Amino acid sequence: MEIAQDILNILLSAAFWTAVLRIATPYVLGTLGELVCERAGVLNLGIEGIMTLGAMAGWMAVYQGADLWTGVLVAAGCGALMGLLHATLTVPLGLSQHVTGIGITLLGTSLSYYVYRLVLPQASTPPTITPFQPLDLPGALAQTPLTYLAVLLAGVVAYVLYRTPVGLAVRMVGENPAAAEAQGLSVTGVRIGAVMAGSALMALAGAFLTLSAFNAFFFNMVNGRGWICIALVVFASWRPGKALLGALLFAAFDAFQLRLQQIAGGVLPYQVFLMLPYLLSILALVLVARRASYPRALMIPYRKGER
Amino acid sequence: MRLRGFNTAARLMRRTVLCGLAGMAVAAAALPAWAQSKVKVAGIYTVPIEQQWVSRIHTALKAAEARGDIEYVWAESVANTDYERVMRQYAEGGQQLIFGEVFGVERAARAVAKDYPKTAFVMGSSFKPQEPNFSVFDNYIQEPAYLTGMIAGAMTKSNVIGMVGGYPIPEVNRLMNAFMDGAKEVNPNVKFSVSFIGSWFDPPKAKEAAFAMIDRGADVMYAERFGVSDAAKERKVLAIGNVINTQPQYPETVVASALWHMEPSVDRAIATVKAGSYKAEDYGPYSHMKAGGSSLAPLGTFEGKVPADVVAKVKAREQEIRDGKFTVKVNDGEPKSTM
Repeated sequence: MEIAQDILNILLSAAFWTAVLRIATPYVLGTLGELVCERAGVLNLGIEGIMTLGAMAGWMAVYQGADLWTGVLVAAGCGALMGLLHATLTVPLGLSQHVTGIGITLLGTSLSYYVYRLVLPQASTPPTITPFQPLDLPGALAQTPLTYLAVLLAGVVAYVLYRTPVGLAVRMVGENPAAAEAQGLSVTGVRIGAVMAGSALMALAGAFLTLSAFNAFFFNMVNGRGWICIALVVFASWRPGKALLGALLFAAFDAFQLRLQQIAGGVLPYQVFLMLPYLLSILALVLVARRASYPRALMIPYRKGER
Repeated sequence: MRLRGFNTAARLMRRTVLCGLAGMAVAAAALPAWAQSKVKVAGIYTVPIEQQWVSRIHTALKAAEARGDIEYVWAESVANTDYERVMRQYAEGGQQLIFGEVFGVERAARAVAKDYPKTAFVMGSSFKPQEPNFSVFDNYIQEPAYLTGMIAGAMTKSNVIGMVGGYPIPEVNRLMNAFMDGAKEVNPNVKFSVSFIGSWFDPPKAKEAAFAMIDRGADVMYAERFGVSDAAKERKVLAIGNVINTQPQYPETVVASALWHMEPSVDRAIATVKAGSYKAEDYGPYSHMKAGGSSLAPLGTFEGKVPADVVAKVKAREQEIRDGKFTVKVNDGEPKSTM
């Protein structure tokens, strides 16, 4: 009974929900980014590397004297460039999206650290910046601006995808590129654009880690968050609203296990708690994603004139 | 110095650079012995040099290099799967003394050491030294950790101390356990909240874990990972540092730190290699307070804020440790929450 009371107290505390939104932010941004790429028919497994590069580039810009929002833009720009590389290889050249994506991840992580070390060869403790501060609002609303941006972007992505001609074009090249071509759309152009935009969002997810959640860059700090986003896209059935929901759910599980460890840490091994968010996410995936319809042209390269 | 580039990035270029480097190293080894008054030392690290643990070795070797005692080359972020190759490369290249950490590659590293009996290997390891040339060291700084525990036990008002760790490995556990023993000595009512985040490099996650503890009433945080002190600073509670002194970055937050100094170990290894008397031994004792291998950081900004009777108690304990009258128990078991 006491444990039940404790769990209830956790779920009712404002601090818990503050943590949920904070933890969810990189997942929201990353999942939206992956979703945009996949809606256009391109799987982007470069997400982990692009997030790392975004984390490094945004942080480095600020460390070199730029203001925080410029850092955010630099991160997004670097992400878009990585997206351009991924798209160039997978869209006009039609290479394997799996292999290219993993290559992009390796390149992104290595390149980030290489640049970091070139600029800061002799650091003995990681240099820091002054990150975004939480807004002065009550309770769970006390978040940094990037968290608000993430929630806002979920709405923007949903609006653009479903209510604008651009969104229609993106969805079309992901479902039926031949039909899009027949409408006079450039499948290659739309796909490249979508992958670049999606990759920029992924880089923002990384930048959140170094500009908001923490104030320094570490080589491995993305720590698999990108892969979670890939799964969240499936969970979300490729829909932005559900992506936001999925990211919040995963973050809630994570915030919950961190608190549960305090209560029941003496009873169960800590690994059980660390496993919990992933386990619950798999469960949610099984329940929710059964009727998911994936973009029909996902991972199928489009060659003009080919039947 | 080009080494650090290729091992962290540009994996495609690695082989090319490596061939060139090996060539250079062989050429250097061919020089007559009298040309080498400086000991040639290499460091091989599995993590970036900013990592607290490795930074202590790197700093000590950098100091020796600055004194003109050694020529120092190093490679960081070497994957465990690649570790053996880098060891062989340095050994073949004529490095006389190699520092590193072999927690994940014990067997392979010991096999390499056997193949190069003329090279001195001084490696971070949880096991015993191996004849004739494989010495071991580790961060045996449980003594100052105990002392910081005493300070933490006195400083907590809520009687809840939070501890966030990476993984419960012996290097982490023994310091946490000593810290807890120290806290309990001065404050029998103190309770501990312990959690592990399952990662060495995820400061945002460590910060979240720390927030979760502070939400549950912890007012002193044991900062085993980067990120914990940041959470403490934001919530205006106290933190205890570990391995490195972080008070300059968090002047209002970090009360005390248990420091590790690799200088005694490094200097001993260099001196014995120079004198030709190097042998395999356990460098563990050179990390003890008595040898100058660890210390309690000065209270600094918290001078006068820690109750005087506690400071006196800590000083007395420290003296007893140095005199060998008090031994801090080494317990490598996983610490558990006592909430």
